[in-house]
Order: sequence, then structure tokens, then C-alpha cells
Amino acid sequence: MAGGKEIRTKIKSVQNTKKITKAMEMVAASKMRKAQERMRAARPYSEKIRRLAANLAAANSTEFHHPFLAKSGTAVEGGQKRIGLIVVTTDKGLCGGLNTNVLRLAMNNMRQWEKDGAGDIRVTCIGNKGLGFMQRLGAKVVSHVGHLGDTPHLEKLIGPIKVMIDAFEKGEIDAVHLAYTRFINTMKQEPQVEQLLPLTGERLGTPESSWDYLYEPEAKVVIEELLVRYVEALIYQAVAENMASEQSARMVAMKSATDNAGNVIKELQLIYNKARQAAITKEISEIVGGAAAV
Amino acid sequence: MALSVHVDVVSAEEQIFSGLAEFVVLPGEVGELGIFPGHMPLMTRIKPGAVRLKLQGQEREELIFVAGGILEVQPGLVTVLADTAIRGHDLDEAKALDAKKKAEEAMGNRSSEMDYARAQAELAEAVAQLAAIQRLRKKSH
Repeated sequence: MAGGKEIRTKIKSVQNTKKITKAMEMVAASKMRKAQERMRAARPYSEKIRRLAANLAAANSTEFHHPFLAKSGTAVEGGQKRIGLIVVTTDKGLCGGLNTNVLRLAMNNMRQWEKDGAGDIRVTCIGNKGLGFMQRLGAKVVSHVGHLGDTPHLEKLIGPIKVMIDAFEKGEIDAVHLAYTRFINTMKQEPQVEQLLPLTGERLGTPESSWDYLYEPEAKVVIEELLVRYVEALIYQAVAENMASEQSARMVAMKSATDNAGNVIKELQLIYNKARQAAITKEISEIVGGAAAV
Repeated sequence: MALSVHVDVVSAEEQIFSGLAEFVVLPGEVGELGIFPGHMPLMTRIKPGAVRLKLQGQEREELIFVAGGILEVQPGLVTVLADTAIRGHDLDEAKALDAKKKAEEAMGNRSSEMDYARAQAELAEAVAQLAAIQRLRKKSH
């Protein structure tokens, strides 16, 4: 009986793997629901701050021009020599092609920028997977945050974002881009690279009406603070979407892994039964042969 | 019925309050602010403290603590964009430095997490190989 015991051991180990993937699938399914709720909970803030920023951009174009706001009329794309890239990835693997897709897109973009003459590309990594990848790529990582857990906290994101924003304010970089995975639905997530700074007109939209505010203590300080918060809110939203995408992708990946394990078990069982039957047949024919000889 | 103003208190992580109020008191950066319906457009920073709302048609007041943020006032609308953490130039600076240090550390010592990443990549490869073998076997049967 050829390898009967080995096949049995193999079946056992695949069964154990199946149990684990099944459990991970269920955990991801419940986390996914929470992650989607959090994504939705962040929406009122980003809508309100977007409306405010749009109002400001319309109202303040004359008296004070903030560096975050793109000058209307000038081309934004092209001519960016020094670029900052914020890459949002997950901390853990086993979530299908999620990180691979967003990192591939980010890398392609970086190659394109280099081809277009960008000499200095700085990277901020949110999530451990992106950090590992950027290190292998040899990119210049200026700040990093990992181990975000299941709930994104803005507090943890402030530091790494500030490194980028400061560099932009000082004029060390010309633009900041954001790479993350957009959550469309449970089955579909899309990697995306967007320009974050300078803020472009279409991103803000046009305000319904425009008026000017009274600023206390002064316009510059308040606008500055508001725009920093706006950028943070955008990144927070990206992180929240990335987390929802992560759990969905993991759920789908684990489901297919469970199905595969089931198929493998079935097949191994068949092989095992065949081997056992062959051994029995052989034994009987040996006995019969022996009896005939006597 | 007294005049009222719509008040929204939101933070980046959640919506905290949304409803009508007759009177709002906020800790503005340059002093306590009391806002009645019909206030002129105003935008200011607020300090960490309590936002006091006199709800429409109710005696009781609602108290919400915020860790600072930005206040926007329009004649019929008060929006508080609350921070989720106490902010300050020095605090933010410290966080930024921390994030920088983390990146430098990670770049410097590639061993621990890199090993982990590599092991995981190898594992993924082994799994893929196994799957391919299974598929081949299925065909040959």
C-alpha cells in the first residue's frame, strides 16, 4: 500500500488549514461590516470640510493666496520635479492582490514621474506592507506609521502626514500624491493614485454660494489650520477605505482558499481510497495464489 | 417658538451631534463665544473645552466636550469641526519626528520585519506551487 499513511497525514494537515482559512473568513466578514460603518461615519466631516475649503478657495482668491491651493489657470500636471507620495497599504498580508495592486500602481507612477524628469521622490508609508516594498525598491522613505489596528485613528496619522505637509510648505516638494485602495463594494476594490497637493479646483468643486467670513484671530491662521485638517481628512478617508477594502479582500481570498482546501481534501480522499483498495486486492490475490500453490 | 439654528458637531471619525439649538456657547480661541440664530458668517479656531447647546424647545442644555477644532458660523448654520485629539504645534511636531524616526529605524535595521516579509513571500510561493501541482494532478487523472 503505497504511502497510505502519508496521504492520511496530508489530508489531516489540509483539513487543519481549511479550519484556519474558514475562521479567518468569518473574522474578516464581521470586521468588514464594522470597517464599512467607520468609513461611512467619516463622511459627514469630510463633506463639511470640503464645503468649507471650497468656500474659502472661492472667497479668498484675491486677498490671500495659500500655497496649498493650486493657482487657477496654471497647469498642475507636468513640471513636477520633486514629488511626495503617500502610500496607504495594510499591515498584514493574506488579503489577495490588494497590496500588490496598489503598490504596482504606485511603482508605475513613480517610474513615469522619473521619466518625466522628477529627481526627488519621497515616500510616506502608512501600513507595514508598503514599507517593506518601498525598502526593497530603494525609495526614499521619509516617514512611516504601522500597526494601525482595526480602527483608524487620526491621531496616529498626524505625524507622518505632517512630515509631508511641512516639506510641501517649505517648498522642498512640488506636489503630494496619495496612493490607496478605493472601496467600491465587497467584491471590487480599486487601486488609485490621486494628487493631494496642491489642491485642484475640481476636487473641491464649486461652492453653492460664496461669501466672506469674519476671521478670528486672522484669516491666514484659520485658513492654514483648516486646509491642514482638510488634507488630513482626505488621508483619513483613504485609510478608512483601505481598511474596508482589506477586510473585504481578505474575506474573498479566504473563501476561495477554503473552497480550494475542500477540493484538495476530496481529491486526496479519492487517492487514498484507491490506494487502499489496490492494497486489499493485492493481498487477496496473494492469498489466493498461495492457496492454489498448496 | 424661539428662533433656532442648525448645529452640526462632527469629528473626522464620527458625527457627534446634529440638530436645532436656540443658543450655542463655544470656547473660541480669543474668548468665549455665544451664538444666536442669525449670527454673521464667522470662522475661528476653538480651544479644547465644552460646547454648550440650548436645544430647541427644551429646558435642558446639551454639553459636548471637544479637543479643539474649527468653528464655522453662517446665519442659519453652525458647524463645529472637532479634533479627535488635543493638537498643538509642539505635539504635532513630536508626532512628526516620531514618524520620521520610525522610517529611519526601519531603513536602518532591515532584519526583523524584512525577514518576516521574506518568509511570508516564500510561503506564498510554496502555496502557489502546491496549487499548481494539485491542478496538474487533477488533469492527469
